[in-house]
Amino acid sequence: MSLVEARGLVKRFGSLTAVDDISFSVERGEVVGFLGPNGAGKSTAMKIISGFMEPTAGQAWIDGHNSHTDPIPARRHLGYLPEGAPAYADMTVAAFLEFVAAMHGMNRQQANRRLAELVDRIHLASVWNQRIESLSKGFKRRVGIAQALVHDPDALILDEPTDGLDPIQKYEMRDLIRSIAPQKAIIISTHILEEVEAVCNRAIIIAKGRMLADATPAELLARAPSHGRLALALVTANPQGAIDILSKHPGVGRVEIVQRVNGVTRLAVQTSKACPSTSELTSLLGQSNIAVTEFYMQRATLDDVFRQIANHGAEN
Amino acid sequence: MHPLLLVFRREFAGYFSTPVAAVFLIVFLALAAGMTFLVSGFFERGQADLSGFFFWHPWLYLVLMPAIAMRLWAEERRSGTIELLMTLPVQPWQIVVGKWLAAWAFAALALLLTTPLWITVNVLGSPDNGVILSSYLGSWLMAGAFLALAAAVSALTKSQVLAFIGATAVSFLFVMAGFDLVIATVRPWAPGFIIDAVRSMSFFAHFQHITDGVLELPSIVFFVSLIVFSLWLNVRFVEVKKAA
Repeated sequence: MSLVEARGLVKRFGSLTAVDDISFSVERGEVVGFLGPNGAGKSTAMKIISGFMEPTAGQAWIDGHNSHTDPIPARRHLGYLPEGAPAYADMTVAAFLEFVAAMHGMNRQQANRRLAELVDRIHLASVWNQRIESLSKGFKRRVGIAQALVHDPDALILDEPTDGLDPIQKYEMRDLIRSIAPQKAIIISTHILEEVEAVCNRAIIIAKGRMLADATPAELLARAPSHGRLALALVTANPQGAIDILSKHPGVGRVEIVQRVNGVTRLAVQTSKACPSTSELTSLLGQSNIAVTEFYMQRATLDDVFRQIANHGAEN
Repeated sequence: MHPLLLVFRREFAGYFSTPVAAVFLIVFLALAAGMTFLVSGFFERGQADLSGFFFWHPWLYLVLMPAIAMRLWAEERRSGTIELLMTLPVQPWQIVVGKWLAAWAFAALALLLTTPLWITVNVLGSPDNGVILSSYLGSWLMAGAFLALAAAVSALTKSQVLAFIGATAVSFLFVMAGFDLVIATVRPWAPGFIIDAVRSMSFFAHFQHITDGVLELPSIVFFVSLIVFSLWLNVRFVEVKKAA
């Protein structure tokens, strides 16, 4: 069995179905991004897998232990950062992390050694003896991450680990996640899509409680409407000739005029697998004396894919 | 360290992390002393005993014990830390009992601070110290029952105010169970054994037995079983409603 396994998870609140038949598994070394708009059911699914919330149907396992019928061993192998990174506001960072470590059954020596390592890695030294209520949002989030890592668990479920961090802290957090990834199975939820490209090797898109996609970021990008589109800027006010020339090429699909400004025309060229090369196209256009000022392959963003999948899924 | 003790230690320290503990202790001591000296007429009675002090305990606890216990679970719910706590590898009962013990220990501290009264009666006369000791123990036990009830109520809400009001209302029924106010609502329709059962739930009557000088077994059994039952309810509330 995989390190994290979810089968047929369903959660209903009255007539609202927050999680609708979610199944997936995460192996060691995988970082899975849970993507979805707010209220999509990401947090609910994570609460169920962590064992905090009872599902209406379905089951979840952490390291082979059912998180509901066998919760204690399951929790030993799980590091969990709940939504909003809750922590005891009246405790100092040190006291709080020592408390969590002890609750995980670590003795003082083990805890001290592990905490010394984490303080360094998550940069908590400057606030070590401060009360948590006095910390900034970014530090609170980092305390939450530290709390989830204290017992060096095999599986990690992190609900929005970079929420509230500034760009540099975000970068560091992603670095941290990447560095621990090879030994662990990690699920992170986010609505920041660049984060998925930065740290995840798999993305699961959830909207209205349903899983709409489960693929690598590259596979998802391939689904983008703008994927494999050439952008051309030509120095001509009348591009019809150029369009005719381009359309003759077997690797070219539809050609669209995007913009005509000051005698420069921008074209969007849909290409297929037999995409024409740069030199091929420039020489083709050069034959009819059309100057090309810009020429690039449009890079699809996960934003496009996400919007497309989420909207499409919502219509069904 | 055992998880139960860890929870106890965190929770007990939590009382002193804000001025609330000091305020509470001052209010408790002021009320206890005020009732004893002004209302019961400690000096005027001319008796070397503390019955005028213990008489007020059920009434003081009615308000003060829910105040100690209201935050135990409501605050965890409000701040979301319940999600953290309930996903740590410990049994829910260990957390429930640890929290209640912390509140009970705090109540013990409040009681300990009233011992100058005990010293005073010993200076002024020669009281029956056995009765006073058993009254102290009985009072502490009764405090435990109030706290267990209030902790269970606290597990149902994320508002400390609601937890306080709910716990006070429930405790009020238990304190008044032997009085006509409660009995009169039961008498018209219930058979005799139910009336007796309700009457036997009275904190007031049980505590009176204890302060009369006999640390009576049925009263001890009553308070202990009420504590156990309330803690069990608390565990159930937490398990069923933790994510709600």
